[in-house]
Amino acid sequence: MKYEMVCGIETHIELATATKIFCNCTTAFGGSPNTHCCPVCTGQPGSLPILNRKVVEYAVRAGLAVNCTINNNSHMDRKNYVYPDLPKAYQISQFDEPVCENGYITLDSGKKIGITRIHIEEDAGKLVHEAGSTFIDYNRGGVPLIEIVSEPDISTPEEAREYAEKLQLIMRYVGVSDCKMQEGSMRCDVNLSLRPAGTTEFGTRTETKNINSLSNIVKAMNKEIERQEDLLESGGHVVQATMRYDANTDEIYPMRTKENSDDYRYFPDPDILRFTIPQDFVDKTKAELPELPDAKLKRYVDELGLPEVTAREIYKYRRVSEFLDAAVANGAGAKNTANLIIGGIYSTLETEEDKEKFNIKISPKQMAELVKLMDGKKINKNKGQETLLKMLESGKDVSEYIKAEDTAGISDAELEKICAAAAEANADAVEQVRAGNDKAINVIFGYVMRETRGKADMGKVNRIIRQLIG
Amino acid sequence: MRELLTTLSEKLHSGEISSVELTESYIKAIEKDNAELNAYVHTTFDYARECARRADEMLKGGNAGALCGIPMALKDNICSDGHETTCCSKILKGFKPYYDATVWEKLRAEGAVLLGKVNMDEFAMGSTSESSCYGAPLNPRNTAHVTGGSSGGGAAAVCANLAPYSLGSDTGGSIRQPASYCGVVGLKPTYGAVSRYGLIAYGSSLDQIGPLTNGVADAAMVFDAIKGVDPHDDTSVDYDFGSVAASLKNDIKGMKIGIAEEYFDGINPTIKDAIMSAVKFYEANGAEIVNVKLPVLKQSLPVYYIIACAEASSNLGRYDGIRYGYRPEHYEDIDDMIYRTRSEGFGKEVQHRIILGTYVLSSGYYDAYYKKACLLRNDIIQSFDNIFNECDILIAPTAPTTAPTLGYNGASAVEMYLSDICTVPVNIAGLPGVSLPCGRDENGLPIGMQILGRKFSESVILNAAYFYEQNAPAPIDEYEGGAEI
Repeated sequence: MKYEMVCGIETHIELATATKIFCNCTTAFGGSPNTHCCPVCTGQPGSLPILNRKVVEYAVRAGLAVNCTINNNSHMDRKNYVYPDLPKAYQISQFDEPVCENGYITLDSGKKIGITRIHIEEDAGKLVHEAGSTFIDYNRGGVPLIEIVSEPDISTPEEAREYAEKLQLIMRYVGVSDCKMQEGSMRCDVNLSLRPAGTTEFGTRTETKNINSLSNIVKAMNKEIERQEDLLESGGHVVQATMRYDANTDEIYPMRTKENSDDYRYFPDPDILRFTIPQDFVDKTKAELPELPDAKLKRYVDELGLPEVTAREIYKYRRVSEFLDAAVANGAGAKNTANLIIGGIYSTLETEEDKEKFNIKISPKQMAELVKLMDGKKINKNKGQETLLKMLESGKDVSEYIKAEDTAGISDAELEKICAAAAEANADAVEQVRAGNDKAINVIFGYVMRETRGKADMGKVNRIIRQLIG
Repeated sequence: MRELLTTLSEKLHSGEISSVELTESYIKAIEKDNAELNAYVHTTFDYARECARRADEMLKGGNAGALCGIPMALKDNICSDGHETTCCSKILKGFKPYYDATVWEKLRAEGAVLLGKVNMDEFAMGSTSESSCYGAPLNPRNTAHVTGGSSGGGAAAVCANLAPYSLGSDTGGSIRQPASYCGVVGLKPTYGAVSRYGLIAYGSSLDQIGPLTNGVADAAMVFDAIKGVDPHDDTSVDYDFGSVAASLKNDIKGMKIGIAEEYFDGINPTIKDAIMSAVKFYEANGAEIVNVKLPVLKQSLPVYYIIACAEASSNLGRYDGIRYGYRPEHYEDIDDMIYRTRSEGFGKEVQHRIILGTYVLSSGYYDAYYKKACLLRNDIIQSFDNIFNECDILIAPTAPTTAPTLGYNGASAVEMYLSDICTVPVNIAGLPGVSLPCGRDENGLPIGMQILGRKFSESVILNAAYFYEQNAPAPIDEYEGGAEI
């Protein structure tokens, strides 16, 4: 039988607020165990939570960025369950009045993946297993999260990946989170079931938890589809379960089965008053949203004339795209800027994270000064790159490396003279080119470039030399 | 002999006595009498002496507050930095918080002297203080009788002059009912008037801290010191009371006093007579009596027990033996450890209420119990709103009986729950209430009268109470013993 997949994704994203959701402890990642803690986030008897308004603001921004409606009235609920990393034995979360509802993300194909809801909640601590004992680090406890629940609209592992990638980029653009899957500031739980192709009833689903990279989403889903297919084909049935995907062995296995559905005994948290999110605040937040990734990509291609491949290399890092936008605003041409970023700056940034951080020594304005020389054909591409690397090293202005007289321009007559001198000085190379070894011409080009200190227009040089050689 | 806070304050400020002397006399009295009365479960005498020395400095400095230098006791569910606070439960034995409850922070800053933590029902669940893991405190009026609960230790300490005042907590009557059994004054403030930060939660939407004192003006004085909005408690309210103590006028002319006959159903006739003669006294002195209806009163008990237990089942989930308090010596794994911690650490009554609360929140039962209770809660709030359109205060008995004898805890749980009928309605509605002595029964046990008002009307109800206390033919009974001042 042929099966089709039904999939929805729950994504937990740690918000980038400076302090935790219910106390003033720092949200900084790491730190010695249990040093970012206080009576509130360790659930000491008698302590009480105070909702951090910034968390609500971030959630509103996140919701608006994925086309959600914002509930003007909302409240916090208690989700009761027992686990050692949860010091109150309940998580303060939201049940029936989430901050955001009814949004969507549009895939490149134009297909919309619905977003059911986005709610705010607190993160739990972390269990650390060491030398046969288990320790608990509550530093992460109380770090604010949003949980983004998608509709079961996802039909292929590739769609799931694209959904997660777009979500990640959007959240980075609006600045609510760094969304680092490896560090756990973005975590995806994939709900997946199969049904005979063409039918409408949902099959039994499993939930694969805490997948830690975009590529592992695809791998884990392929494994789970395979597993469920095998089960169904052999006449068995899928048991509702929480699955874990091990990326090292490419295996998927059940962590626990859920024969009885969990009863979290949700009820409104009596310690936190209901809160309102005024419509004028929502409107203001919406008006202040930055340009979102899809719009940016479209503008890069349609208005700035960047090839799509180039545009994608820039837009996928928020800070890079902001750098390019600022350089362009300072008068730089988009194409030369993009090429210099990809060909020059990226070569100094080794990892994806380095590109994400985009910690470089020069400002967009400094970049623009360099690019303008290239745009005006005062220097060529190689000279531009070479200078850029020096600037990245020192953080100094382009004027430090290219003097006004260097870019004064070379007259055609002067250039012809230099070319003639180059041919004369490299008689061997001339002979070789004539004999059919075209590569030898580079020696002559090199001479010209040295003499002109890189200012010469290579197109012109090529033309002149070939004329000379005949 | 007991002295009012107002008198002690004068003596301290005039230099007639020092805080160190006063504190030592209370320490001496506690060392002498507490073995029998079991009012204190943890004493903090070294700290008390330190507080007293600091208070004397403040008094010398000349700008000390009204409560500066006066010793006091905290209920064993109110946290103070570095002092064992256990809710009288085995599960919290040895627990020393590293933070102050906001109420203690305020009192400490004013120069209060902490004598120790006083006895209570385990996690404030009970009406006799007999569910304390340290054993019940005894009623100083007659030690064969209970103090009431859950703030029984505080009522006993104040009654027996082992503390000039105490702070208790009131979730369904836990300040007012023991005050009535021991013949002292107990104020349950408006929900949100006093910060709950540092009060170990039982029923979070009902809990409220308040004073147990020997006089009405004393209650106002302590309330003034602890009231106010707190950035650490979202449910605390920014309300400008002014000075409630300064508002006591000894005048009730024109006051409209409501009587709801539902409050008198099933009440011991002696108590009913005592309350009704107090009402007549008010009438004779210029108050207007209004008969009002409160048919929702009988729904109060189920509503209270559903909401309080639901919240408790969640609030008490954190006691798992992992971070603090009791942990069994032997266990197989983490689940077994949590299971044993809770089975061995919690007493029977607490386990009952956790199970009841878990049940009413469970899917399939939520709508029938918890949700319905919340809807009824709104009805009760509405009914009180309507009543307080017709009158300024309500007068009712504090409890259906006077203090029963010890061993009452052996009676059925339901019978015990029923005794809370007079006190729980104001917790459900978040209203203030004060209980004050109103004579004695045929066995010489104190009777308590309750005065209730609309939200933030502490001034109004305390004025009415003050008038009775100052002018009624049966003033507060004297108690010989305790600290010699």
